Amino acid sequence: MLYAFLCCHDEALDSSWTKAQDDAVLAKRHKVTEKLAARGKLGPALRLMPTTAATTVRMGREPVVLDGPFAETKEAFLGLYLIDCDSLEEAIEIAKQIGRDEHATFEIRPVKQFYPSGLAS
Amino acid sequence: MTDIAWIDPVLRAARPQVVGALTRYFRDLDQAEEAFQESCLRALKNWPVNGPPRDPAAWLILVGRNVVLDDVRRRAKSAPLPADDALSDLGDAEADLAERLDNSHYRDDVLRLLFICCHPDLPATQQIALALRIVSGLTVKEIARAFLVGEAAMEQRITRAKSRVAHADVPFEAPGAAERAERLAAVAAMIYLIFNEGYSASGGTVHVRAPLCEEAIRLARLLLGLYPGEPEMMGLAALLLIQHARAAARLDADGSIVLLDDQDRRRWDRDLIAEGLALLEKAERHRRAGPYQLQAAIAGVHARAATAAATDWTEIDRLYGALERLQPSPVVTLNRAVAVSKVQGAAAALALIEPLEEPLSGYFHFFGVKGGLLMQLGRADEARVAFDRAIALAHTPAEAAHIRLHLDRLMQQSQPA
Repeated sequence: MLYAFLCCHDEALDSSWTKAQDDAVLAKRHKVTEKLAARGKLGPALRLMPTTAATTVRMGREPVVLDGPFAETKEAFLGLYLIDCDSLEEAIEIAKQIGRDEHATFEIRPVKQFYPSGLAS
Repeated sequence: MTDIAWIDPVLRAARPQVVGALTRYFRDLDQAEEAFQESCLRALKNWPVNGPPRDPAAWLILVGRNVVLDDVRRRAKSAPLPADDALSDLGDAEADLAERLDNSHYRDDVLRLLFICCHPDLPATQQIALALRIVSGLTVKEIARAFLVGEAAMEQRITRAKSRVAHADVPFEAPGAAERAERLAAVAAMIYLIFNEGYSASGGTVHVRAPLCEEAIRLARLLLGLYPGEPEMMGLAALLLIQHARAAARLDADGSIVLLDDQDRRRWDRDLIAEGLALLEKAERHRRAGPYQLQAAIAGVHARAATAAATDWTEIDRLYGALERLQPSPVVTLNRAVAVSKVQGAAAALALIEPLEEPLSGYFHFFGVKGGLLMQLGRADEARVAFDRAIALAHTPAEAAHIRLHLDRLMQQSQPA
């Protein structure tokens, strides 16, 4: 089963890291993800710019364009991993490994549909 | 040790909100800072045992407030009651605290805290030092190092600044729209100063003081997060990000300045540039150009150019022209002259800056640019005079060294070996 790992993090905290701290966290995570990649379990991963760079389009009778993320929450959606896991248990275990020694939250969501090359016919 | 290492950044990230809220409760900076320190100590004891609270800032505010209240109550038993105004706001604070803990309610607290620091009575250097101490939570030692002054001198500077703002009447009610806009503008200017202090170090040997630049970016992002629809705040953040992206390429291995034209563009931080350009694009949708947006747009033109030769100088000339109309200043005209020299040639640029010699007679960059233009026109003797003035006005050894490089080149040209 393919799972999406939504990385939810206190953004104020994330942006207060120095470059060195940021690099250290990425290197630490990389050790886990490269093993997953070697086993062919790692799908696309991405990291989003801060929510200050976000624009929200809210559809209604008149679409409204708003600056900022769709919801003002303490923890923001900052990145995503797609990982092929044998079970939810394994997915939880992987989340714990990726996030080791961090003050982070992962929302694990089973993927319903996945279009690796977009929807172009 | 490692199991509490995560706490430090959490405390640091929460600081502006927590000290901002506590300052509103106590209406006193010192008391707010003390309460914050106390709540941090309790966090260090409590969090490793009970795990992090869901909202660390809210936790710290509640604990900090209660610590001081308990202290006041304890003292009240043995001493006369404190004057009413020392406790103002506390009654209603209790009632609406739950609601206040929503992120959106922090914004005025953080803005107020920053605004207190940029009180117009304070000289710029004191504003910056105070903000770095109170809002960012840098230690006096760290700030002293960034300003290249002794720790005792910096301590004194901050204490003096604090006692000045202590008597400043900054209203604690939620500001109206006009008041809020005014505060935002003042705070944005201060953040810009912090960045500049790091970017162009007014003295000393460390030319690029990255920590100050990074702190300014953090504050700009913080403010933009609180006021996400302000195009000038997007512009400010974009400007700082794009400028800072070039930090690694601005100095060579010997610490000498590398001019934009000569920088190794592979060393520019593409992530920062991309974020800056994204913010700029958002800002432009509002069609309310302002000085920060225009400066960011100029930085953006440079950032987009794959090589120095590919720079769209016509666009830069246009943007500086727009900036001149919004904010006429000889320095802006001087910068436009550089673009003009690329588009129309050195003679046109020299004509543009000649009237600026008087207002900019103490400005290093004026004589640097003037010398450069004269050199291009083959007027070596006049160029040498201009470069000599530039060296005399240089603030850092790197600036002086850079001009000396030009002088050496002139010498070689006039006395072929």
